Amino acid sequence: MHDPHSPLIRLAKRDAMPRGQVWAIRGASFVAAFLISALIFLLMGHSPVEAYGTMISGSLGKPTAIRQTVRIAIPLLGTALAIAPCFKMRFWNIGAEGQITAGAVGASYFALFWADKLPGPALLVVMAIAGAICGGLWGLVPAFFKAKWGTNETLFTLMMNYIMIGVVKWLQGGPWEGRPGSQIIPQFDSAAVLPKVLGVHCGWIIVLIMTVAMFVYMKYTKQGYEIAVIGESENTARYAGMNVGRIIMRTMFLSGAMAGLVGFIVASGADNTLHSGVAAGVGFTAITVAWLAQLNPFAMIAISMLLGILEKGADTLQTRLEVPASISDIITGIFLFCMLGCEFFINYRLILRGGHKEVAKQ
Amino acid sequence: METVHAIELKHITKRFGKVVANDGVDLALNRGEILSLLGENGSGKTTLMNMLSGIYLPDEGEILVGGQPVSIRSPKDAYRYGIGMIHQHYKLVEVFTAAENIALGLSGKDHDRKTIAAQVQAISDKYGFGIDPNKKVYDMSVSEKQTVEIVKVLYRGAEILILDEPTAVLTPQETDRLFDILRAMKADGKAIVIITHKLHEVMAISDKVAVLRKGKYIGTVNTADTNPQKLTEMMVGHAVTLNIDRPQAKYKDLRLEVKGLNCLGGEGLPVLKDINFQAFGGEILGIAGIAGSGQKELLESIAGLQKAQSGHIFYYPPHPNSDIAGNHVPVDKAGEELVGKTPGQIRKVGVSLAFVPEDRLGMGLVGGMGMVDNMMLKTYKDNPGPFVDRKPPKALAEQLIEELEIVTPGVSTPVRRLSGGNVQKVLVGREIASTPTVLMTAYPVRGLDINSSYTIYRLLNEQKMKGVAVLLVGEDLDVLLELCDRILVLCGGQVSGVVDGPTATKEEVGLLMTHVGGGKEGERHA
Repeated sequence: MHDPHSPLIRLAKRDAMPRGQVWAIRGASFVAAFLISALIFLLMGHSPVEAYGTMISGSLGKPTAIRQTVRIAIPLLGTALAIAPCFKMRFWNIGAEGQITAGAVGASYFALFWADKLPGPALLVVMAIAGAICGGLWGLVPAFFKAKWGTNETLFTLMMNYIMIGVVKWLQGGPWEGRPGSQIIPQFDSAAVLPKVLGVHCGWIIVLIMTVAMFVYMKYTKQGYEIAVIGESENTARYAGMNVGRIIMRTMFLSGAMAGLVGFIVASGADNTLHSGVAAGVGFTAITVAWLAQLNPFAMIAISMLLGILEKGADTLQTRLEVPASISDIITGIFLFCMLGCEFFINYRLILRGGHKEVAKQ
Repeated sequence: METVHAIELKHITKRFGKVVANDGVDLALNRGEILSLLGENGSGKTTLMNMLSGIYLPDEGEILVGGQPVSIRSPKDAYRYGIGMIHQHYKLVEVFTAAENIALGLSGKDHDRKTIAAQVQAISDKYGFGIDPNKKVYDMSVSEKQTVEIVKVLYRGAEILILDEPTAVLTPQETDRLFDILRAMKADGKAIVIITHKLHEVMAISDKVAVLRKGKYIGTVNTADTNPQKLTEMMVGHAVTLNIDRPQAKYKDLRLEVKGLNCLGGEGLPVLKDINFQAFGGEILGIAGIAGSGQKELLESIAGLQKAQSGHIFYYPPHPNSDIAGNHVPVDKAGEELVGKTPGQIRKVGVSLAFVPEDRLGMGLVGGMGMVDNMMLKTYKDNPGPFVDRKPPKALAEQLIEELEIVTPGVSTPVRRLSGGNVQKVLVGREIASTPTVLMTAYPVRGLDINSSYTIYRLLNEQKMKGVAVLLVGEDLDVLLELCDRILVLCGGQVSGVVDGPTATKEEVGLLMTHVGGGKEGERHA
């Protein structure tokens, strides 16, 4: 029976889709992103082939280019790992930006004032621990309020970002200012700088270790199990005898501590100083990484590298083809949109009027 | 000569993806007739009726109203053809009066409140509803709200009424009153479809019974020519015994003592008021009451999930010679106070409480996890070290699949994907496997087919025979009266009375459900 009055397009939730089909859709969304971006390049008067070539060679073409791409990916991966347990718990921590910054402040204190008092390796260890504790405490504040009074963690963690960035601005212009009037904190002593391994600061080793640790933590530990149960249903967690408030605070401390460690890595390894832009939006981009990887730590490696390639490639576009910076941003945006958007087609199907045919194209 | 049916369905088929919800259903109903649509959960009753009320469109087949083929595309269309549906969950605005609710959604300017109130009054008098058009919905009992829903569809000119499980939330007395109204409407020439799975109600009210099984139309019989046993066989597909056992346990010893328990609900209002009762090992204590009379809070208080304002819950360990003694750390003192303890603390002192909550996937289980991870929900901390040990829960999951015939693709398939009966077997199985001394269950057979329901009753009886104190919150009074040794009746958060299972009558329990102490005019809570 064909009914002209039924709606043109209907949405229906899908059952679980076979793995192959899921990857086919993801591949198709990637192709779609390439095609749409190609259109933008054409409109701007550039050959898409040349543009993509430039992006690839600029991000992966030479060892130096690869190193720079990795440098972009390191904090993304570390922060995505940090927020993964919160998101698994459905605690929407969008305060990684502030937690990174808090960690960087903690590490910088020792880099600036203890460099001559501690031997090199010990200084770095103390900086790392200080970074983790500061980040962890900064993350603990919203968790405490959530556990005690049920405050909204999304707004709370977001606002905490601005406070911490403000603190760094004050430090920059006040107590930690280098040359008076410069508004800049001096460069770290070389003892406070992370050593390089294979040409990139050794933060990459730290985040790879974090990846494995986080995988094991989420999958095989009691704490990881508690986090998963709370994420599914707080009622069930209480029923099972879990202390939900304590677990929320513990998890947020852990998450903040990992973000703080990233702050230490960036300040010590990449920037060699502290400034208010130390987090540079990583705390937000990492949400995309975590989400695209569906909270799987190993998938996060690939996704953060991919975002590194996009960012570095877009940078190269600007310098070599003189494409405006906004166009690079648009290209990055298109890729992210297509990648996130395809999850919609994995979870829902479209039904056109008069039939049960699935719409497979993007 | 062929009579023109009020409504006729010809070979209606509806599919959802691969699932065939209705497969070639034929139905015919005349004016002045009541038809019961009978079938187990998931047999397609509601889907079929939703096609009549314009919520779904059939994939195949024809609907005829008064002999004319029609296409019902929306609830508005349904009203135009004189079809009105009374849903299981009422769709009323709490702060409006009955008349305002009835007028809601009607177009046109000639619907001023006074006229509507007068018309509502007229309908009410005609069929003996006895509703006050100016009463606010929040002041109404469940049965009054249902009445408003019925008047609403009558007001809109419905000639064909569909009632989806109308008695599920009513007391026996209210059910009788509803049936009187249905008979009055039948006498007035209305065609009525009532969806239900309570057999004695089918026998009491209907002229014809149509039976569905797993989406398939099994047949229509005249009520006068059938009996509950035959109908069950049509519904299930094979012979079943409908008797529930009530064996006597060896030991009967005091297990729980609740004294002067008071609790506040989410809105700061008292939900439990001065509750006093005792529960014994080797006994099934039924808990009856209108939905929302404090059943949930009572069980959750005992489980340590609900904070008590005042009062005591004392736990007494089982007799040292009984089967269930000494399975866990023994409780070191008789009369262990449970009030003020969390579920974890209760477990730690050695009280082995099993709790099958009403909300199976939202409280008792983790829907997104497989059976293995659900098995270890309460025991994951038992092994030393920071890592979980998935071997014992996996063994338990496999054991339960075999013992309880749980149908699942595998031990790691998310339990959310299992059918309702299998979900409940997973939950009850896990709780019983913890060798409890107290087993609390809330609506354990809700949504289950007949076979699964009887499996659950059997499991409860087994636990009772072992000396476990079983607390059973139920809604089907017939089952409670057959299964329980004693029944505690709640009314508006108070204990309204305790009756003996073998001797109590349904009417007696029904009266206690609405009036504290069974008196004439007690306090009444919706």
